[in-house]
Amino acid sequence: MSPVVALRGASVAYDGQPAVEDVDLVVDRGEVVAVLGANGSGKSTVVRAVVGLLPLVTGSLELFGTPRAHFREWTRLGYVPQRAGATTGVPATVREVVATGRLARTGLRRSGPADRRAVQAAIEAVGLADRARDSVGTLSGGQQQRVLIARALTCEPDLLVLDEPTAGVDLVSQSALATTLDGLVRRGTTVVLVAHELGPLHHLITRALTMADGRVLHDGPPPALDHLHVHDPEHAHPVHEVRDTTSPAWGLR
Amino acid sequence: MNPLALEFMRLALLSAVLVGLVAPAVGVFLVQRRLALMGDGIGHVALTGVALGFLLGTAPVLTAVVVAAVGAVVLELVRQAGRTSGDVALALMFYGGIAGGVLLIGLAPGGTNANLLSYLFGSLTAVSPGDVVVISTLSVGVLLALGVFGRQLFAVCHDEEHARVMGLPVRALNLLLAVMAALTVTVAMRVVGLLLVSALMVVPVATAQQLVRGFRATVVVALCAGVLAAVSGVLGSYYVDTAPGALIVVLALALFGVAAAVGAVVRRRPRGASAAALPAGLAAR
Ligand SMILES: Nc1ncnc2c1ncn2[C@@H]1O[C@H](COP(=O)(O)OP(=O)(O)OP(=O)(O)O)[C@@H](O)[C@H]1O
Ligand SMILES: [Mg+2]
Repeated sequence: MSPVVALRGASVAYDGQPAVEDVDLVVDRGEVVAVLGANGSGKSTVVRAVVGLLPLVTGSLELFGTPRAHFREWTRLGYVPQRAGATTGVPATVREVVATGRLARTGLRRSGPADRRAVQAAIEAVGLADRARDSVGTLSGGQQQRVLIARALTCEPDLLVLDEPTAGVDLVSQSALATTLDGLVRRGTTVVLVAHELGPLHHLITRALTMADGRVLHDGPPPALDHLHVHDPEHAHPVHEVRDTTSPAWGLR
Repeated sequence: MNPLALEFMRLALLSAVLVGLVAPAVGVFLVQRRLALMGDGIGHVALTGVALGFLLGTAPVLTAVVVAAVGAVVLELVRQAGRTSGDVALALMFYGGIAGGVLLIGLAPGGTNANLLSYLFGSLTAVSPGDVVVISTLSVGVLLALGVFGRQLFAVCHDEEHARVMGLPVRALNLLLAVMAALTVTVAMRVVGLLLVSALMVVPVATAQQLVRGFRATVVVALCAGVLAAVSGVLGSYYVDTAPGALIVVLALALFGVAAAVGAVVRRRPRGASAAALPAGLAAR
């Protein structure tokens, strides 16, 4: 079976200035790959190239075995951008924003009961059911990040690309995200995520790509926990213990 | 005398209803994209189109539609190319539109700036049956397009990059919005006037934002506010004999003031924490 993501020898430039060079990122079905590295090392550039937002100067990209130029199966791709949704001029509710993620599936047809259920499930999966009718602008940064995660989940993608989904998100919610991703991975979803600290996501990661200065420094098993984490040992495996103490809402049903 | 007994008043009122619906319906997307002044830019360009109509001896409404649409598409292409920021591109439209209009009207046989005046501020008696046909056709077309593509436009205006990842035709949708804005401006031109068109695209949206917090709810309230201001402005200008555009806009602003006051009171009561929730400063940019 062809890999879900096959980025080979990729270079990407902004205004002619190369940002990443000669990057290989090949991800098989069911893998959970973390892209690590310092600020400005090119993590976002790589994942933005993977979802097709940045053109490749050199190299090639295939998604699900299809060259990017011919790729049309948009419902198979979910993307969570790094910035928590920049506010727009007209406020929109959580439900309205999450529902846009479903457009890849509905196209021009009206949304039906199945679409509304998918939207509701995604909102519940990120624990925002009680805020569904609130304006996104009134949520905290971490909550806004979760709205974007829900938006990516609504079209039930086979490949989920998340750019720093845990930045600014508290530990409880990170654990909940880990639980959500865990459920998706079990059902065969492939995940590529950018992170600075893996935290509660650590046990999910099957492979880590470490970037430095626009190049891949290391590609292999995720680094050992104690290298990554500065929290006290109590938090080394927080997923299970924290989940018990939190509100049950944020987690896959 | 009952204003509805008069042919020109019936035409003006019909136009007012259509304008009151279409202008905020398109304007809400411009506001969402923080291009609230785009309607103004297109309005100025449409003035060149009106003058061109006088020069060529064809109906100014038709030339205005064409020139405004071309101007809006060029603005969108310039914005997409990313070399010129949106507000600078708008400024170029403002200057080019006014200068072109005054220049062309001077060249037209017997043309004076007075010809342009009713187009700048609107006029009750100006709406001819032919105009109403054009206005109705364009309005229905714009409203139908919004019905079909509204959710896609919302997604693009909310987060253009994410829309692209979802495979939406982002460029085409942006061009569609630009063309719809141009059509709206020409639809509103006869009643509200080119200089005040944009107010009816923006002010009802700002009014709605004082009262509600979702996008869909904003659209519904904005359409009501738009129709209310347009219809009462046209009726009022019959009685006080003034340019309808000015009265419509003053009434729309009055509605905004009332909504802001009501919104402030309502928001203070239930949960103090959400008082600062609804953004208001949108038209300023
Ligand atoms: N829009 C842009 N225009 C020009 N250069 C850019 C742009 N975005 C990123 N760069 C450059 O590309 C390089 C890689 O940036 P990138 O955003 O991929 O880093 P990152 O690893 O995601 O960093 P962070 O941890 O801060 O998110 C940086 O040197 C940056 O200056
Ligand atoms: Mg980044």
